[in-house]
Amino acid sequence: MRIHRRGALPVLALSVMVAAAALAQGNAVDEIAKYRAALQDGNPAELWEARGADLWKQKRGPKNASLEQCDLGLGPGVVKGAYAQLPRYFSDADRVMDLESRLVWCMVTLQGFSQADAVKRPFGGPDQKSDMEAYVAYVTSESRGARMNVSLDHPKEREAYRLGEKMFHFRGGTHDFACATCHGEDAKRIRLQDLPNLTQTAGAQKAYTTWPAYRVSQGELRSFQWRLNDCFRQQRFPELIFTSDASIALTMFLARNANGAVFDAPAIKR
Amino acid sequence: MPDPMKIRATVVGDSTEVRVLMSHEMETGQRKDAQGNVIPAWFIQNVVVAHKGRPVLNAQWGTAIAKNPFLSFKFKGGAKGDKIEITWVDNRGEKRTDETAIG
Repeated sequence: MRIHRRGALPVLALSVMVAAAALAQGNAVDEIAKYRAALQDGNPAELWEARGADLWKQKRGPKNASLEQCDLGLGPGVVKGAYAQLPRYFSDADRVMDLESRLVWCMVTLQGFSQADAVKRPFGGPDQKSDMEAYVAYVTSESRGARMNVSLDHPKEREAYRLGEKMFHFRGGTHDFACATCHGEDAKRIRLQDLPNLTQTAGAQKAYTTWPAYRVSQGELRSFQWRLNDCFRQQRFPELIFTSDASIALTMFLARNANGAVFDAPAIKR
Repeated sequence: MPDPMKIRATVVGDSTEVRVLMSHEMETGQRKDAQGNVIPAWFIQNVVVAHKGRPVLNAQWGTAIAKNPFLSFKFKGGAKGDKIEITWVDNRGEKRTDETAIG
């Protein structure tokens, strides 16, 4: 009790300082928002979308087939709106799949690539572009304007969601970090970047519906798998294996939490 | 063969607004790779925009232009359906030409 009373004055002073800092922060955030709006007009993500749309129709791989008959969950060849309902359970693979793992599946089954070849270059770099990121740009752009509608009807979908939720809160690594450390409370930030609170619907919706995105600082289009991969790197976790069950489960957790929001990507980020 | 450009041209009042996205690395020549070797400069040097075969913009670019550059400008005149042709040439001599109709 006594400790509490003695602490009252410094707490008040501190809260004034925090308010002032929040005000300054607000201005900076406004400026970043203006910067983003200025970039929106000429989003280079469109270059990836165009390349992906072109690749989609190309006959490739040992079977010399295109991906046009790839079933993304709405039937073979249906791309429109498919991403807004992923991840989902696919009976042919007997597995819950996100977009990237489903694309790998189609590259293997339709085009005859080996699994190893299909996952070889998930993310582009300065020396070489990634076809995977181009596919992702194209497919996600076909869901722009669609409402997020991820199902938990199948037991395996529920299992993936539960696993993802557990991973989100799992603390580990050299920094004893969890996803929730940065993304479990409102108004957290890294440097000047606001971090969404992914445990709240609004935060999850805003975050999930704006990936993939063209990252100006990297000059690359980045997929959601990349986003998770980089979060793991920042947490000093072991590398998140591309299209692993763990990556799909985490995506499932976040995608489902974004249900009801209008998908609006590929976007552009600093 | 370089990737295609994304061009949009629209009539705004008595002018035409042209917006174009180009796919290019735009290396400055000041960066080093993981081994410490300088990455050679590689950038778009010249951009020409023609309206019905008549040049309306001729730009000389350098290394200060961003990767995957976006160019937006207006010129007087132009009508719906007119052809807009854009060509860039980089310092390696590689070039790319794309065209669109004013919409």
